[in-house]
Amino acid sequence: MINIFEVNETNQMIERENLDVRTITMGISLLECCDSDLDALNEKIYRRITTRARDLVATGEDIARDFGVPIVNKRISVTPIALIGSCACRKPEDFVTIAKTLDRAANDVGVNFIGGYSALVSKGMTEADENLIRSIPQALAATEKVCSSVNVGSTKTGLNMDAVYLMGEIVKETAEATKERDSLGCAKLVVFCNAPDDNPFMAGAFHGVTEADAIINVGVSGPGVVKEALKAARGQNFEVLCETIKKTAFKITRVGQLVAQEASKRLGVPFGIIDLSLAPTPAVGDSVAEILEEIGLEKVGAPGTTAALAMLNDQVKKGGVMASSYVGGLSGAFIPVSEDQGMIDAVTVGALTIEKLEAMTCVCSVGLDMIAIPGDTPASTIAGIIADEAAIGMVNQKTTAVRLIPVIGKDVGETAEFGGLLGYAPVIPVNRYSCEGFVCRGGRIPAPIHSFKN
Amino acid sequence: MSKAIITVVGKDTVGIIARVCGYLAENHVNILDISQTIVQEYFNMMMIVDVNRLEKPFEEMVDDLEKIGEGIGVRIHCQREEIFTAMHRI
Repeated sequence: MINIFEVNETNQMIERENLDVRTITMGISLLECCDSDLDALNEKIYRRITTRARDLVATGEDIARDFGVPIVNKRISVTPIALIGSCACRKPEDFVTIAKTLDRAANDVGVNFIGGYSALVSKGMTEADENLIRSIPQALAATEKVCSSVNVGSTKTGLNMDAVYLMGEIVKETAEATKERDSLGCAKLVVFCNAPDDNPFMAGAFHGVTEADAIINVGVSGPGVVKEALKAARGQNFEVLCETIKKTAFKITRVGQLVAQEASKRLGVPFGIIDLSLAPTPAVGDSVAEILEEIGLEKVGAPGTTAALAMLNDQVKKGGVMASSYVGGLSGAFIPVSEDQGMIDAVTVGALTIEKLEAMTCVCSVGLDMIAIPGDTPASTIAGIIADEAAIGMVNQKTTAVRLIPVIGKDVGETAEFGGLLGYAPVIPVNRYSCEGFVCRGGRIPAPIHSFKN
Repeated sequence: MSKAIITVVGKDTVGIIARVCGYLAENHVNILDISQTIVQEYFNMMMIVDVNRLEKPFEEMVDDLEKIGEGIGVRIHCQREEIFTAMHRI
């Protein structure tokens, strides 16, 4: 039988170390909504989402109450809208009407984000894909809860450089369109390479076409728990360090697994995956950077950071895979600058640069995430950064993403405020030399040699 | 059998267990195990209870116990047992 020490350990994780289930995300297929009439399409999408996810928020709250563990976010991901809207949308403005429908549906069911305003263009763009991409700035400016993502490359297909170049411009236009709110629109826009179909985390969540009608995916968190556990391993060797991280990751993931199964049962929707990510929040003590500092770095960004992060990421996965049979999504440590107090501090004192962050993304789960850059950064430079990051993903057969915020009207030394879980970020300097001649060549970068495995 | 874990943490005072047990009896909740310690004058108790015959929704019992705790100046949590077994048992 469970003893008092085990009960106290769990409750201490929840109460003092910010253990929570970060998100229950319901993936909903919208394929059945396809219609060549735009109004009918919007109506079907609205009805489909509000019917399927009607009980999502209340069920999430009930589960949190029963187990005594916070479930921070309840979210929805849908089939990439470029596919769903392709029959009805002839111009970017048509797609914007769908964005507004998604926003309305999200508000009515009470979720805090809805993802899937997306296009998958890793090899080529259809007319609908391009229209959707061109509608993103307007769509994100006109909505609150809609998140957008574009997959511009994969290990199998190489990089679609036309899409990369276009996304450089779109990120810039999105920043302009939301400039009165520190270019907040860009915080809801991710550019992916090797995007997973079942990611529960925003802003990159969408419900892939390989998925079932509806599915429950759960993202767990708990950087604070790992950090507290590591305090007990101070001065010990790597074996002890790794064991501690693995055991903690196992415990955290089991909570996620339990919540996912319970949500699946109560909502009558199959369980998809657990995403084993260490997702920080701006709260003190809920920081991946602080784990790295506990491991022995004076500040994140110091030499050794990449190795420490590689080890952390690997141990989190090793501990987590045993705790759940179905692991998916992004699974690893997130390093979003604005959402992690330790990262913000490291950027502020100059310990952490965008180049070091890029190196870190080679070994952790996502990419250049929630980084504020000067508002006058050219679109071609943003495209160059996207290309670099996508190349890392393509060659290393992993997901990488870019979520940069060129903060219009702000420069290095100033701070962008996004509010809530999105936090705030000091504007970080970007290399001033141009890559225009490279990124505007047009066409594709071919898939790497090791992708030919058939 | 559906089990729940009730934890009570706070400054030690007369009648904590009595109040909690009284509530449980009224609601047909059977106590299977109790353990308690006092650490630096802080009362720390855990009960494992059987909630099969509970007639109200579980969430309501969670709220009721929380309120009883507030009344006597301690924190009372009631959670379904699965969260602990999931975390601590392979």
